[in-house]
Amino acid sequence: MYVVRTGGWLVGLAALLAAVATVSAGVGPVAIPPREVLSVVLSALPGLSTDAPGAHQTIILRVRLPRVALAAVVGFALAAAGTVMQGFFRNPMADPSIVGVSSGAAVGAVAVIVTGVSLPFGLGLPAAAFAGALCAAFGVYVIASEGGRTPVATLLLAGVAVQTLLGAVVSFALVHAGRGIREAVFWLMGHLHGSTWGKVHLVAAVAVPLILLLLPFTRDLNALLLGEADAQSVGVDVERTRKLLLAVASVITAAAVAVAGVIGFVGLIVPHVMRLLVGPDHRILLPTSALAGAAFLVAADAVARAGAAELPVGIVTAAVGAPFFLYLLRNREVPTA
Amino acid sequence: MTDPALRVDSLVVDRGGRRVLDGVSVRARGGDVVGLVGPNGAGKTTLLRACTGAVGTESGEVRLAGADAATLSARETARRVASVPQEPSLDFEFPVREAVAMGRTAHVSRFGRRGPEDHTAVDRAMERASVFDLADRSVTAISGGERARVLLARALAQDTPLLFLDEPTANLDVNHQVRTLSLVRELAADGRAVVASIHDLDLAARFCDSLVLLADGRVRAAGTPEAVLTPKALADAFCVDARVSRDPATDSLRVTVLGDCDSTGADGERAVERPSSGDDTVPVPRTDGRGTD
Repeated sequence: MYVVRTGGWLVGLAALLAAVATVSAGVGPVAIPPREVLSVVLSALPGLSTDAPGAHQTIILRVRLPRVALAAVVGFALAAAGTVMQGFFRNPMADPSIVGVSSGAAVGAVAVIVTGVSLPFGLGLPAAAFAGALCAAFGVYVIASEGGRTPVATLLLAGVAVQTLLGAVVSFALVHAGRGIREAVFWLMGHLHGSTWGKVHLVAAVAVPLILLLLPFTRDLNALLLGEADAQSVGVDVERTRKLLLAVASVITAAAVAVAGVIGFVGLIVPHVMRLLVGPDHRILLPTSALAGAAFLVAADAVARAGAAELPVGIVTAAVGAPFFLYLLRNREVPTA
Repeated sequence: MTDPALRVDSLVVDRGGRRVLDGVSVRARGGDVVGLVGPNGAGKTTLLRACTGAVGTESGEVRLAGADAATLSARETARRVASVPQEPSLDFEFPVREAVAMGRTAHVSRFGRRGPEDHTAVDRAMERASVFDLADRSVTAISGGERARVLLARALAQDTPLLFLDEPTANLDVNHQVRTLSLVRELAADGRAVVASIHDLDLAARFCDSLVLLADGRVRAAGTPEAVLTPKALADAFCVDARVSRDPATDSLRVTVLGDCDSTGADGERAVERPSSGDDTVPVPRTDGRGTD
């Protein structure tokens, strides 16, 4: 029963993602109709060819597709991590960065931009952001832990405090940023600018295996919704499971943030919407949220590129996401417990 | 002789720098319903939690069906003892059937799926707790009494030789109180050991084989309801002036509280009327009001 339902949702969302991706790859200074996009993509298969002009083929394969793919993986990663964090904290306001991942990444990224340090292949920025993200998350965890236990409320508050502190560090760096300020601000807004297949592979290599690793823990996530004591009493090793979930979700988020900056709202809103649609069971919620997150970010990125001047995609996700979320809040029952 | 389902020896638990349990020993065998009674804050809930490993212990030993609880994993523990919590935390819209099926967590491998025996166990548990008709309803859309039964069903689905109930009757009306405890008796008759904390002394006396009277983290009295519910012990534990009589309808003990232990009126008359040759009851003494310190 649940297999059929899950399968149905996954097929539907995958189709939606494919459709959104096809349209999105056609959006930009050179508009390319979806049919042509499709024929170029399918020409990669043996035995199929395309009659699209060579310039269009180059634009699609070298510029647009890496970007669409990056949007998809980043959205996938953020929504999956957000789902895990909301379940973990039993808190509707939890997002993937709740333990300071994004703030840590921001410090790392801004530090690199301001100091002008660089590594080969442009890896300096993502590497610094990734490292900053993990340091922040681990720091929050250590601060909130005492005697082998990590109370959820303490973790939440420690996360807020550390985010505030790191926010101050970033602001300070920006004040002294000089010429780097424009790049830094752009990064902080969340962007998919300068997407390459290399970045796609980087995020996918981290996020996809880790999300697959989460799937066997979806039943434990369900049990955690019962509360710590109940989860323990039905046989979940609460402390160990939580440690693992927190670590995995943080690394997934860190990978996404490292290449795409702080793209807000995807990890907060997508799990909520999917919970309204498919219910709270993580066995179906986690994979569907991940796919829906991918489709949402690809669509948001298409909007960001549609205007005369490209917008950072973070602006679009927040501008679309926030009103939509408010609408849900007023008209549907978003679980707030 | 087989190991009892639960054996607690000299258990000591500190929480927040305060000694909450101080050398508590309890036994429960298959077929027994053991009632934990005592004033608020006596340590009843802590005792149940310490036995499942949810609360750390300072010293003493908990054995679940012979195995040292301290060495068991969460999963192994959950196959030996199921708990029904006092406050249901069912905020998310799971169908009742799914909420009950969570009781199978310890029986299903992480990478496996629930098998036929799991579905049978879930169905049986729902049947037993009379929530079968609610199977497809959301746990957020049923009444408080129904939720309490769903949690009981979840514990039954765990299929354990030992069952802990924390105040199973606390939020129920009189009808459901009696129905729930009658079901608990049946569960014990199946061979399970049941340990339940119960506030209502009359219900505890009526449905339990033995009682453990806790106050201030210590066992004040343990044994049959007749041996435990004496005016002296009640005065000692609850600081009340109480009379114990027999209920003509149920033939079980009935505790009537006349007032605070400081109030007058308990001046030595025979407080327990027993039809047979009562001997282990004593007149109600006045205590000094410190009672449980």
